[in-house]
Amino acid sequence: MATAIELSGITKRFPGVVANDQVNLTVEEGEIHAICGENGAGKSTLMKILYGMQQADSGTMKVHGREVRFVSPTEAIAAGIGMVHQHFMLADQLTVLENVILGAEPTKALGRIDFEKAREHLREVGQAYGLTIDPNDLIEELEVGERQRVEIIKVLYRGAKILILDEPTAVLVPQEVEELFRNMRGLKEDGATILFIDHKLDEVLAIADTITVLRDGKTVATVKPDEVTAHDLAELMVGSELPTPETTESTVTDQVALDVDSVTVLDEDERVLVDDVTFRIRRGEVVGIAGVEGNGQSELLDAILGTRPVHRGSIQLMGEDITLLPVRERRERGIGYIPQDRQQEGLLLTAPLWENAALGHQTKAPFAKGLFIDRAGSKERTEHIRDEFDVRTPNVDVHAHALSGGNQQKLIVGREMTAEPIVLLAAHPTRGIDVGAQGEVWDDIRLARSKGMATLLISADLDELIGLSDTIVVMLRGRLVATLDPAKVTPRELGAYMTGAKEGAA
Amino acid sequence: MNISRRILLTLAAPVVALIFALAMSSVVLIFSGSNPLEAFADMIGHASRLETMVDILNRATPLYIAGVAVAIGFRMNLFNIGVEGQYLLAALVAAHLGALVNLPGPLRILFILVVAMAVGGAYSGFAGVLKVTRGINEVISTIMLNAIAITGLIAYLIRQWQAGGGIQSGVGRVGTTPIPESGLIPNLNSVLEFFTREIRQGKQLTGVLVVAILVGIGYHVLVNRTRFGFDLRATGINPFAAQVGGVPAKRMVVSAMVLSGAVAGLVGMAEINHVGFFPANPIKGLGFTGIATALLGRNHPAGIILSALIFAFLDVSSGVLQFTGAASREIVVIMQGVIILAAVVAYEVASRARERQEAKSAAEALGDIKPSEEAA
Repeated sequence: MATAIELSGITKRFPGVVANDQVNLTVEEGEIHAICGENGAGKSTLMKILYGMQQADSGTMKVHGREVRFVSPTEAIAAGIGMVHQHFMLADQLTVLENVILGAEPTKALGRIDFEKAREHLREVGQAYGLTIDPNDLIEELEVGERQRVEIIKVLYRGAKILILDEPTAVLVPQEVEELFRNMRGLKEDGATILFIDHKLDEVLAIADTITVLRDGKTVATVKPDEVTAHDLAELMVGSELPTPETTESTVTDQVALDVDSVTVLDEDERVLVDDVTFRIRRGEVVGIAGVEGNGQSELLDAILGTRPVHRGSIQLMGEDITLLPVRERRERGIGYIPQDRQQEGLLLTAPLWENAALGHQTKAPFAKGLFIDRAGSKERTEHIRDEFDVRTPNVDVHAHALSGGNQQKLIVGREMTAEPIVLLAAHPTRGIDVGAQGEVWDDIRLARSKGMATLLISADLDELIGLSDTIVVMLRGRLVATLDPAKVTPRELGAYMTGAKEGAA
Repeated sequence: MNISRRILLTLAAPVVALIFALAMSSVVLIFSGSNPLEAFADMIGHASRLETMVDILNRATPLYIAGVAVAIGFRMNLFNIGVEGQYLLAALVAAHLGALVNLPGPLRILFILVVAMAVGGAYSGFAGVLKVTRGINEVISTIMLNAIAITGLIAYLIRQWQAGGGIQSGVGRVGTTPIPESGLIPNLNSVLEFFTREIRQGKQLTGVLVVAILVGIGYHVLVNRTRFGFDLRATGINPFAAQVGGVPAKRMVVSAMVLSGAVAGLVGMAEINHVGFFPANPIKGLGFTGIATALLGRNHPAGIILSALIFAFLDVSSGVLQFTGAASREIVVIMQGVIILAAVVAYEVASRARERQEAKSAAEALGDIKPSEEAA
């Protein structure tokens, strides 16, 4: 087999960090090659260099044996390399066909778009790689898995033979992952070479022909899946053992902390986002909400926090009705919140860490003294959070944007935990952080749970959901469709409930 | 990053902007056939006289207040373009009522200040209410409210309230009923003369300077030390995070606009206390220059002092250039424009440099990753 890609000695520095340090990578033609590593290991940087989005400081790249140096993605595309980003880059209001040809439109006289030719080419590509999709569908009507397929077709349409997929499974439910893997195997049979980033080890072992592990910007190993176990891979990635999100014995009490009763939430156009949802969380209990993103989970959290109005129903915190209270009062009464998007909702990036630690708690000691901000008290508490939650930072005066993603998340978790909330709303608390930090966050939640904190957990990581929760409810199209015992359910079954393939007693 | 280096970086930007502005202005002066060195020498020579310094301080005082008014909005990403209309309307109403009411001296002074702040705050708050209830962008509404205030309300009210005005610098001016001498803030000539020499040419250092200093201190304490200021800044940096953190977004918009307008209401106090009434042809444009002042001063209480002084200096210098004939007075307008443009660019460059510095020192703190310099 010939070599598709050969990278040797790739080094890329950013101010203060070496993202890639003498990385070597060889990808054979027609194989599925997985790149594994923790966050910050340098996977994305390496892929960006290969795709021409960034340039290496040193090292050589060879594609099909020819030495290349891309200064833009256009050149990478011309060399037959295509990339599918983790966040889809599709125009929702356009059709599949329009999205596919966007930026590469075939034209007729007078610059008019030649849709017939485009349609024909799209059909050829679809047939050649066994990927089917209706070119006339609007993107906004497609499921996540289908959108991803459009992204892949888009890349193939431009003539790519080498595909880079950036965490393709992150947004998919198990059934969709299987579909994706089927498609990837099909592409491989039709002669494509696939390079993909993933950190779900069982998936990597199931699909990859070769696995390269990066750690701290260096290649630590290149292995075959039949030679290693998931445990071995994890050790290669972190250099220590992988933590598991298992809770110990139940700490659930009889005292109801949060009582959500027939809550309905509408959007601006009066469409139902959360439909008559009822559940209770007792002190010391973790209730996990399973669901494909966009089925009303985050809107339910918004309604409990108070950033979205409740149309019908009521919410009680420790027996007191909080349905109509503003966010600030709810927080003061003991609702903590770990937002889904930490930079968007959780941080003031251009403010010092101690101000970030005060955010959401700025009306209470030690952050406030009367109507004034207690700067000394705030800094002291922030230093405490830094030490207790292992936030790696030179001091508490640096701006939040200077921290890495994992450290930002630890700061947020620390901020919410040290306030000792009665109810913690945690949306994807470990998304995008590395395995080490993930284990710490799990420990923090477990510890607080044992002290009586009630937790509402949303997570796309089903193992995390099953491992941490005392009860799992499944949300589908705004409704609670099933209540499950995490001790008895498998990720596969959960996936079936989430997509509506299986129905259960709610 | 250590403190001294941080200060250096903060100061570097405006200094570079000033040097750039000087260079650009020199080029323009050379092209227009003037000698830049001569022109600058005239400007500086003139400004080093005590009487001119008083002029500069008198001009810088309302500019500073206007700059702070704009900065309060800026800290929350609110663009209060309405300072112009707010200060003129506030000054008119305050001067009129201040002359009518019968109060002993100090109370009358206080009364005028309070009325001015109330009128400015209410008029600006109107734009805030429109924003949170009807979703109208405050840029649009404050521009329109300016037009309503200046060409509508003020033009009408000044005719209703015109009552002879008075004589100022030997020239008769029309305006509202004069405020009794005891109701005006006394000038600070004696304070300044205590340190220097006698001020000649009948120049008076405005007593509103004290008000401006209090506004500056109040602004610093409010924004940097109080919970309200924290909410204000948090909303300005990231409105989503602020909302999730319990900051009542709508109430903050209205409060910030009211506060900005209340400070704007004080801008006109300098003129009222100087003239003794609200003249039919008041000094205009301070609200707009206030936007530039806030911008150049980076919304920082001390930074705005410097930028207000620079703009006041340029303003006062334009007169002397015309007088000595070293250059056309319009060069001053060009300089103002170039300074603002250069400052915006320089600030952006400096803030990026600062971000890089911080990212680097944070990465160094991790210990396990070597800084690039060492690795290279």
